[in-house]
Amino acid sequence: MSVVDRPDASGRFGDFGGRFAPETLMPALEELEGAFEAAWTDPVYQEELAGLLSDFVGRPTPLYEASRLSDVLGVRLLLKREDLAHTGAHKINNTVGQALLAHRMGKPRVIAETGAGQHGVATATACALFGLECEVFMGTVDISRQALNVERMLMLGATVTPVTSGAGTLKDAVSAALRDWVATVETTHYIIGSVVGPHPFPWIVRQLQRVIGDETLDQLGDTKPDVVVACVGGGSNSMGMFYPFATGTADLVGIEAGGYGLDSGRHGASLVAGSPGVLHGARTYMLQDGEGQVLEAHSISAGLDYPGVGPEHAQFKEEGLARYDSVTDAEALDAMDLLSRTEGIIPALEPSHALAWVWREREALADKTVVLCLSGRGDKDVDQVAVVRSQ
Amino acid sequence: MTFRESFEVTGERALLLPYMMCGLPDPAGTVELFSAMADAGADGFEVGIPYADPLMDGPVIQEAGTRSLASGMTLRRGLEITALIREATNLPCAVMTYVNPILTMGVAEFAHAAGGAGAGAAIIADLPVDESEPFAAALENEGVGLVQFAAPTTTDARLDRVVERADPFVYGIAEMGVTGERDGSSSRAADLAARVRSRSAVPLVLGVGISGPESAAAAGRLADGVIVGTALVRRVLDAADRATACEAVASLVGDLAEAMRS
Ligand SMILES: Cc1ncc(COP(=O)(O)O)c(C=O)c1O
Repeated sequence: MSVVDRPDASGRFGDFGGRFAPETLMPALEELEGAFEAAWTDPVYQEELAGLLSDFVGRPTPLYEASRLSDVLGVRLLLKREDLAHTGAHKINNTVGQALLAHRMGKPRVIAETGAGQHGVATATACALFGLECEVFMGTVDISRQALNVERMLMLGATVTPVTSGAGTLKDAVSAALRDWVATVETTHYIIGSVVGPHPFPWIVRQLQRVIGDETLDQLGDTKPDVVVACVGGGSNSMGMFYPFATGTADLVGIEAGGYGLDSGRHGASLVAGSPGVLHGARTYMLQDGEGQVLEAHSISAGLDYPGVGPEHAQFKEEGLARYDSVTDAEALDAMDLLSRTEGIIPALEPSHALAWVWREREALADKTVVLCLSGRGDKDVDQVAVVRSQ
Repeated sequence: MTFRESFEVTGERALLLPYMMCGLPDPAGTVELFSAMADAGADGFEVGIPYADPLMDGPVIQEAGTRSLASGMTLRRGLEITALIREATNLPCAVMTYVNPILTMGVAEFAHAAGGAGAGAAIIADLPVDESEPFAAALENEGVGLVQFAAPTTTDARLDRVVERADPFVYGIAEMGVTGERDGSSSRAADLAARVRSRSAVPLVLGVGISGPESAAAAGRLADGVIVGTALVRRVLDAADRATACEAVASLVGDLAEAMRS
């Protein structure tokens, strides 16, 4: 078992990762790796980033003792409140860091993909802050189920470009962003929204999200959690939380989208029910058919509706550094209600998946201390949940 | 004919290498379509085998891939069709696809099947030189070359590695962006061609964004081969039936060939 500090020269975490990208992009990926490396070790960048994280994003986010819910569960539950970060999700940790990088690299234009719209909003926000032009690619299905976030992006001055190809969801938005980048790479930085894509993206996004786990470790003090749990879409909030814990004793559990159930074939559980392949520039676990054609994912949660996962998670799974499970759409909806009513916190559908797992496993977890990454707030999902409920 | 023989036979004149998605206009009609292009003056082909998430392709070739997959096309069937195209036309064929279907089939088995089909080269759009070693080795065992890409953004250090490994040619990306029809007015192809030529005698084939007789002729003056894809694929997607599709591509290939020969 070995935790990778930074991926090797080929961008690998164990057998996963790499750089399977069109040649047009390769020089930019090399340039980005160098620029991030220089920035990350530059005290000026670190100081600017720390200032933004504290004064703009509002970090550190609280580690909240959810006492009433703990009583209901019979489990001591601590919530890492990424929902309280500016714009309402952990995504801002990454976009502020990458926008600062784009600014340093002198790239005037930024593109991003978004599923739930949280990454799009966080990117549009960071671009507004730095005066960068911003275009966000979003699948047409997600545009309709996350309408609030579309309006927020527009208000922040971003362009939202609808993506009709494929299923009109996150995978298609990533592909559209990559295709745009192939044409515009000389003037444009791609702020990818999770620990996915070709090297160096999985490494950059993990480094920018590990603040979640680093803060949590600090806030825990002498408390040693038994379990650390987070939802896994592309895997950024979970990797950000897990990474600093990976050498410790806590059981790390990533929860994927079970959709209508794994047997239905309509889910987003690439680690639990997929197999290794190359998607969006990296070797990782993915949903694919017997011919190596990528399959469409399904989840009620737009942020988890993705047929791939970050390569470092694939390595964590393969080497037993973390384990992965899934919960269904219906379980996630129930968990969303549970937290709302017992704690007065409306969670996003994505972290509701992690919470649903704690609910389901509450007997096995009895009297244990569980840290859960509450990756975002649920405002964006209220309309969609109302529609689902009325059906 | 092999690519090497074709490059030699035509000498100064650049080869016209149409790209077409196999499975179009329908799986049984693909060979007829390629034969029509051969009769109209094609010197060889890039045979597209569909992938569900083609990152280097614009909307037209994406649509072609979706249609081809819906008709039941697979990597294996695409290679079988390539063998039939070889048989019918005796022209060199490069098979073009993406990494993941190849990994699923197994790199060695893909190489074996491609060699068996008589493919002279493999073009793998999301496989940069950095990741290409295991693929190149397996293909070489079966007598199939692995094409390497050079883009306008490719640095000198990368270009050195690209020209050294490219077999049987370097695929020079003539325009920034994914596949699609453009006016061919970019000056980047000329710079790129000069940078490749100054390093190596390896044949250079230009593709991406070349769509009409004028831009093909201009690219032909810079390179040893020219790939035209989207403009041809669009004509097939727009055609009502197989005969119309064959006529439409033959007519454009004829115009391209004429422009490149004059
Ligand atoms: C609140 C929230 N949590 C989680 C995710 C899933 O992404 P990741 O797995 O990268 O954290 C998203 C994605 O949009 C999100 O908005």
